[in-house]
Amino acid sequence: MSDPFLIGDSMTGGYGAANILNGCTIAVEKGEIAVIVGPNGAGKSTAMKAVFGMLGLRGGQIRLEGEDITTLNPQDRVAKGMAFVPQTHNIFGSMSVQENLEMGAFLRRDDFRPTIDMVYDLFPILRDKRHQPAGELSGGQRQQVAVGRALMTQPKVLMLDEPTAGVSPIVMDELFDRIIEIARTGISILMVEQNARQALMIAHKGYVLVQGTNRFTGTGAELMADPEVRRTFLGG
Amino acid sequence: MDLLNALVAFANFVFVPAVAYGAQLALGALGVTLIYGILRFSNFAHGDTMAFGAMCTILVTWGLQSWGISAGPLPTALLALPVGIAVTALFLMATDRAVYRFYRKTRAAPVILTMASLGVMFVMNGIVRFIIGVEDINFADGARFLIGAREFREATGLDEGLAIRSTQAITVVVAAVAMALLFWFLNRTRTGKSMRAFADNEDLALLSGINPGRVVMVTWLIVAALATTAGVLYGLDKSFKAFTYFQLLLPIFASAVVGGLGSPIGAVAGGFVIAFSEVGVTYAWKKVAGYVMPENLQPDGLAQLLSTDYKIAVSFAILVLVLLFRPTGLFRGKSV
Repeated sequence: MSDPFLIGDSMTGGYGAANILNGCTIAVEKGEIAVIVGPNGAGKSTAMKAVFGMLGLRGGQIRLEGEDITTLNPQDRVAKGMAFVPQTHNIFGSMSVQENLEMGAFLRRDDFRPTIDMVYDLFPILRDKRHQPAGELSGGQRQQVAVGRALMTQPKVLMLDEPTAGVSPIVMDELFDRIIEIARTGISILMVEQNARQALMIAHKGYVLVQGTNRFTGTGAELMADPEVRRTFLGG
Repeated sequence: MDLLNALVAFANFVFVPAVAYGAQLALGALGVTLIYGILRFSNFAHGDTMAFGAMCTILVTWGLQSWGISAGPLPTALLALPVGIAVTALFLMATDRAVYRFYRKTRAAPVILTMASLGVMFVMNGIVRFIIGVEDINFADGARFLIGAREFREATGLDEGLAIRSTQAITVVVAAVAMALLFWFLNRTRTGKSMRAFADNEDLALLSGINPGRVVMVTWLIVAALATTAGVLYGLDKSFKAFTYFQLLLPIFASAVVGGLGSPIGAVAGGFVIAFSEVGVTYAWKKVAGYVMPENLQPDGLAQLLSTDYKIAVSFAILVLVLLFRPTGLFRGKSV
């Protein structure tokens, strides 16, 4: 069986002595959307951080395009084509929108203006507000800046930790549309979502984590159809 | 005519000295605010860094003078300034390597770094006194006045004279150039923007691939340039004395806090606020009042709110008031 594009394979680890992840596996294929859902404290965000190298693992492996990257630090993973949007503190609030994007492209030495234009085409409101400090924007617009910053490295995998946390339902739908659009350009998307139902609807693959282990795995549609998943996690 | 005389007296005794002093404080406060914003601690050693930089520059100035090199009407110290900055930069980077880097690695609380800087302050203080002594040193040479009081009186026919010392003019010009360069660097260049990003959100800066070691190094480099320039300008305008520079720490911190710690534009504004308050409160206004007020309303005394001995108290009072009522300062810096 060939490896998925990015896989966190049987990951075990945690912050202190106790493990938060107990051998869970998360993977995403090229150009697809994988969504991690689950109850509070299930280790969803921890799993994301582990895949990005922000948490040391006691067991398991992270592989990108078949290459073992378990020991790389986050900065080196950025250079390998991974990008991460944290749940909070994900923008440079005192800097303008344009400068946020420039900082996203910090490692690039080539001309990144086409990428900035691409981000502005994806999120047109940011073009109008490009000279405004990012910290003065609305919650939804800040999330757009955060995603835009991550896209500036031209990543192969985009990892989003609860991108719709704290935004209105309309803005959430809009953000999900943009995420689908990003995936269509061939970028793999791995995200943690609190709004499980909406997220699974756009997901190619869904993971239900409970206490750091895979409880259910399947395509988004399968999970939505599974009576047990519906009853326990989607509220009927 | 009386009003003009009053204006000239005001300019001569309050405005010109306060602008020069404000420019020196602003340069000092910029260094403090950069360290606070980027390295995240209050650097108590800043006054003595200024003394160290001024000392290096004075030593080089003496060397140049002994070789007969001078800058004509300008002070020789301006020629020596780049060398002073370079030596201070090396010294600061060595200090960072020996002291601060350890605490940064262990992610120590800012107050620990501040206490470490207190130790650095004592060491620097000792080094400066050991090398150059504790005496008052006057190292300004070149032309003494841009405009002399007598020339001014003869040219305008006024009773009051306006004197602008060349060191005051140089202070303002050099400070303006230094600030313009700094703001250009922070807002327009890739490295400058990465420093602002690092100050804004360290974790995200790391995720974006910004190299923290480089940011720290460039910060010390800029701080060395600012502190040395401020120290040399202050020494040219007044005189060099190690103890005075140590005392400058208070007005400099007051300036940075008044403007908002971490905000460069605030540091500049704060420098002038403190300078004008200090000079304004300790100036004897009798002369100005004599020109503008009718005879029977003129003050009997000197109309001086505080003796000049208490000028430090002015910055201290402002510092306390700002921390009580607007801890983020004029330009919404970080609160302490």
